[in-house]
Amino acid sequence: MADGVKPRVKAPAKAAAGEAVVLKTLISHVMESGQRKNKDGSLIPRSIINRFTCEFNGTMVVDVEMHPAISTNPYFEFEAVIPATGELKFTWYDDDGSVYNDAKMVTVG
Amino acid sequence: MTKLTSIRTIAALAFAGSIALGGAVTADENAELVINGELALVTKTAAPDHLKDSLDEIYSGWVYRETDTQAMQMDDFDNPGMVFVDLGMDAWNKVEGTENKSCASCHNDPAESMKGVRATYPKWNEAAGELRTVEGQVNHCRTKNMGAEPYKYVSGDMANMVAMIAVQSRGMPVNVAIDGPVKAAWEQGKEIYYTRTGVLDLSCASCHEQNYGNYIRADHLSQGQINGFPAYRLKDARLHQVQDRFWGCIRDVRGEPYDRGSPEFTALELYVASRGNGLSVEGASVRN
Repeated sequence: MADGVKPRVKAPAKAAAGEAVVLKTLISHVMESGQRKNKDGSLIPRSIINRFTCEFNGTMVVDVEMHPAISTNPYFEFEAVIPATGELKFTWYDDDGSVYNDAKMVTVG
Repeated sequence: MTKLTSIRTIAALAFAGSIALGGAVTADENAELVINGELALVTKTAAPDHLKDSLDEIYSGWVYRETDTQAMQMDDFDNPGMVFVDLGMDAWNKVEGTENKSCASCHNDPAESMKGVRATYPKWNEAAGELRTVEGQVNHCRTKNMGAEPYKYVSGDMANMVAMIAVQSRGMPVNVAIDGPVKAAWEQGKEIYYTRTGVLDLSCASCHEQNYGNYIRADHLSQGQINGFPAYRLKDARLHQVQDRFWGCIRDVRGEPYDRGSPEFTALELYVASRGNGLSVEGASVRN
């Protein structure tokens, strides 16, 4: 696991049925592109988050594929329609195989 | 923000600039800085007594920023500086050095022990007989109490730690002492503030006292208040410490900057901090 990786999510705890809520996510990560060189001229190995997903009660809300040249600490903000009470699951996939998770309950009514 | 609103904002700023001669504030004067919808900060207030001859009111740099930059600071999730505050918190709990201690070993919860610190520094240290910044105090603790290597004065590690300490005082009024043992340093800082330097032959006051609110190229000059430091700057996506900003300013007027962490810059930091006595501590703030 890379150093200093910490997923963060901001989601409302309550929503009206069928409401589109704003979800904000950020993961602190160096997002090393693999194209930079260090002082002795050798390549710094690539280390990025290559995929981010958000699921609601098992249904995929977004599935994002990421490539080099995305800046450090990637931030995603998007809307999701909440039909009923349920759990939002957020997952980030690291190049080194690590998987980072966060989950938020959204209550309807 | 839509394109239309941003154009309208710029038009409003330009208009205000044309009527507000003599360096009055030109950004949205009625904007109020409320963090997370809870914590209201003071971004404009009466100037402290020692400034009465030159300024009536003092303004936080936040007032001069565009609406979307202002909004970023109003929500801790949107404030990119908070990522670094978290890293500072991790460092706070990390055991380092020969004494096998972390910051937390002595100071426990920073929400208690560091509350008010940012508001009163730079501060006289009686035992050492010197004026000390928060950075200086952090390194004193690291070397003397933890037996650890000091952080580089201006560095990512130091900025993270100082930002984390600043957040504990957020909302408290800046209140640095300017008399007693620090009087000499304060006078020295004032002297530096008003001394023209560099190829451009400008003093701090040339821009930040005589021309705040006016344009410098495409940007608004602020009063140069440091209540928001460490500040996350969008231009290079990192936290900036106070003395690093001083260094950058003097470089920009093509002068020869003092060293970061030097007694001269520390004296200047005290003087500039005292010009903001009464404004809220904002660190980590968001600026462009």
